Amino acid sequence: MSTTAIAVAEHENYLNKEYGIKSWLLTTDHKRIALLYLMSITFFFFIGGFFALLIRLELLTPAGDLVQADTYNKLFTMHGMVMVFFFLIPVVPATLGNFLVPMMIGAKDLAFPRINLLSWYLYMIGGVLIMHCMLTGGVDTGWTFYTPYSTAFTNTKIIEAGLAAFVAGFSSIFTGLNFIVTVHRMRAPGMTWSRLPLFIWSQYATSIIMILGTPVIAITIVLVAAERLFHLGIFDPKLGGDPLLFQHLFWFYSHPAVYIMILPSMGIISEIIPCFSRKRIFGYKFVALSSIGIAVLGFLVWAHHMFVAGMSVYAALVFSFLSFLVAIPSAIKIFNWTATMYKGSISYQTPMLYAFGFLGLFTIGGLTGLFLASLGIDVHVTDTYFVVAHFHYIMVGGVLMGYLGGMHFWWPKISGRMYPEGWGRLAALIVFIGFNLTFFPQFILGYLGMPRRYWDYSHMPEFQILNVLSTAGSTILGVGYLLPMVYFLWSMRYGKLAPDNPWNAAGLEWKTSSPPTTYNFDETPVVDFEAYDYEHIPDREVPGES
Amino acid sequence: MSHSSAATAPNPALRHHFAEMEQQKNAASLGMWLFLVTEIMFFGGMFCAYLIYRLQHFNDFAAASQSLSIKLGATNTAVLITSSLTVVLAVHAARHGKRKLLVLYLLATIVLGCTFLGVKAVEYTDKFKEHHVPGPSFNFAPEYMQGHPEQSPVDMRHAEMFFSLYFVMTGMHALHMIIGVGLFSGLTWLAWKGRYTKDYYTPIEMAGLYWHFVDVVWIYLFPLLYLISRHR
Amino acid sequence: MAEHSSSVGFYILIFAILLVLTATTVGAAFINLGPLNPILALGIATVKALLVVLFFMHVKGASEKMTKVVILAGLFWLLLLLGLTLADYGTRLWS
Repeated sequence: MSTTAIAVAEHENYLNKEYGIKSWLLTTDHKRIALLYLMSITFFFFIGGFFALLIRLELLTPAGDLVQADTYNKLFTMHGMVMVFFFLIPVVPATLGNFLVPMMIGAKDLAFPRINLLSWYLYMIGGVLIMHCMLTGGVDTGWTFYTPYSTAFTNTKIIEAGLAAFVAGFSSIFTGLNFIVTVHRMRAPGMTWSRLPLFIWSQYATSIIMILGTPVIAITIVLVAAERLFHLGIFDPKLGGDPLLFQHLFWFYSHPAVYIMILPSMGIISEIIPCFSRKRIFGYKFVALSSIGIAVLGFLVWAHHMFVAGMSVYAALVFSFLSFLVAIPSAIKIFNWTATMYKGSISYQTPMLYAFGFLGLFTIGGLTGLFLASLGIDVHVTDTYFVVAHFHYIMVGGVLMGYLGGMHFWWPKISGRMYPEGWGRLAALIVFIGFNLTFFPQFILGYLGMPRRYWDYSHMPEFQILNVLSTAGSTILGVGYLLPMVYFLWSMRYGKLAPDNPWNAAGLEWKTSSPPTTYNFDETPVVDFEAYDYEHIPDREVPGES
Repeated sequence: MSHSSAATAPNPALRHHFAEMEQQKNAASLGMWLFLVTEIMFFGGMFCAYLIYRLQHFNDFAAASQSLSIKLGATNTAVLITSSLTVVLAVHAARHGKRKLLVLYLLATIVLGCTFLGVKAVEYTDKFKEHHVPGPSFNFAPEYMQGHPEQSPVDMRHAEMFFSLYFVMTGMHALHMIIGVGLFSGLTWLAWKGRYTKDYYTPIEMAGLYWHFVDVVWIYLFPLLYLISRHR
Repeated sequence: MAEHSSSVGFYILIFAILLVLTATTVGAAFINLGPLNPILALGIATVKALLVVLFFMHVKGASEKMTKVVILAGLFWLLLLLGLTLADYGTRLWS
């Protein structure tokens, strides 16, 4: 390890306490594990993004000319699998969550540090399996593994891909378990439930879903694998089974999984908006409890993925109604964030730009979700690009905007260095423009009737112009995602040294050094203030603008 | 806790990030219970499949169920309940710091767990011989339906589904038993070496919770799989 | 903690009740009770499970409130899975 990077005499912290590969691979420090996750998850993000670009490139022209139909099926399957199981689900909890949860509640570490390390290894085992599966042929069922195609027809590597998702699922269960126990048992003196930062509330709600939902997908994968291996008749109608049962079990997890993805980002937004509006969060209790509300309601709506699959229309009515209910806690959050900004002294730093992006894109994604929850409209747009656009507005527009905002917000704490503010704002702008150019045309495409998962649309060439716009947008979006990676890496060496609290933000994580020491605090802090007490924090000198 | 020897020197089992043993123990206990909840949901997926198909194909399920040996099933239930008793006695011994008794009860639990698995193996072998294992050689003879000719004939596919679920559910349960036996083997070794004292026996307690949970799953599996309409 | 709920004699008593209940449920399966058969079988199983959870797993008395919340949440979610899936299968043949 070179020591030239440390030009200034730095205090001992979690990054420079020990060197060498062993001190990383065998670490039980939640901050180092967060960085291990950060590296591996970023890797998988670019793998999944690469598949996305190939998909968009194929759709540039109506003819299926870039890849074969079978290859295209594998492309969107692997894009979905990698992005869902190896990026979106772990991204915020495993990186920022791992780094911040103990720090925000004044603990030295998570409750089970070794299980935390184990969950990273499980993630990596799942990752190696999915990479091996990809390189030796891939899967073509779509990430949903619908039976009986997955169990009786396709000859691609279902079992290996299933095993990868199974193992990665356990990594996620252990993360959730660790967070819940940590929040219950490790809070510093004075850190009552009503003083918890909203990021913690959202991580807690996420963990509830991880613990209660993930085992169901695990057993569903086991049943699919058993059916495929031993020709059991559990879901295969030819053998007397019912494929809809698979869909019930699958969506019992996979719908709440959407909230595993979005809730942590909502938590990040709840941290960023008060800080850059210099105001106490509006309606703390409502924002906190709406996270729990989303987690619970999220489990009651899964069959809205099956409206056209042949389920009971009476049950469909009930599921449709329940799906509308999710809008209530989601809207509570949006309204409370905007109310927080009202008459605040807002500054347009990079994290805040991402938060603005989140508000707009999540609102569009959420409202189009209401369209899809209504039975009549759903029948019209099921399996079209309207659905694709809707969930990308939530998962990319929502989750990634929140994640990038959070990365910029806490990067000074994580690395001890400031990122270049000008580049940060530019990247945020590029991401916003690229995202909308990619996915807004897909709403129109879907409404006009372009089905998803088509590789060749030469019988409907009128759709090409919108597809060209979308492909162009995806290239811009790709640049927007590469930029932060480049300047974050650059800043680790050349960035300005970060002060302990560059944003004058509230919260325990800002009261320790940047980067923090191994045990986070020199002595266990005692909390005698509420979260977001911005009335009592002086305005900051904005570092980027001096 | 009523012991008075605490709080002179920190217990060597206290990990660095906890303030005191009490906090560490409570964290482990909450973590274990949360893990058991994930297990409820894991088995819940199979119970869900079982529930739906049993309601849809009740007669076929009843016919198939009657080919299972109620004697072996009931024996195994008794074996498992006895092992739960030995586990709870092991925890009791650990709480009172009786090392040899603790080791004895742990060994008894391992023996009972292996007995359960042995009986299960006998049952599986019988099913193989009778061609009741789903797959190409599956064959379900209708003689099990003797005595009630008014019933519609058994749909082989649905009988096969019953056995599919039977093997998946009992197989998953057996896998949990094997893990439990492995767990207790390690704990027995550590207990013999004197690792657990009356101030620190959390691992014994946690493994006990796991074992009892596996017992509870069997308590439901037994009537659901073995006891459908035996009176006919 | 209450001494009677953690003594060797008490554990053996619970064990004996569990064995009796097992014998009862096997016996009851051979009597025709119509729709009551599965209800009785599951009822006895639930009593047995409760005995194990309350006394062998020490949920009664010794453990704190959070444990109960966790268990009830787990059971509630299991019922959600079973109940809402049944809501589909149960109403498919209406109309």
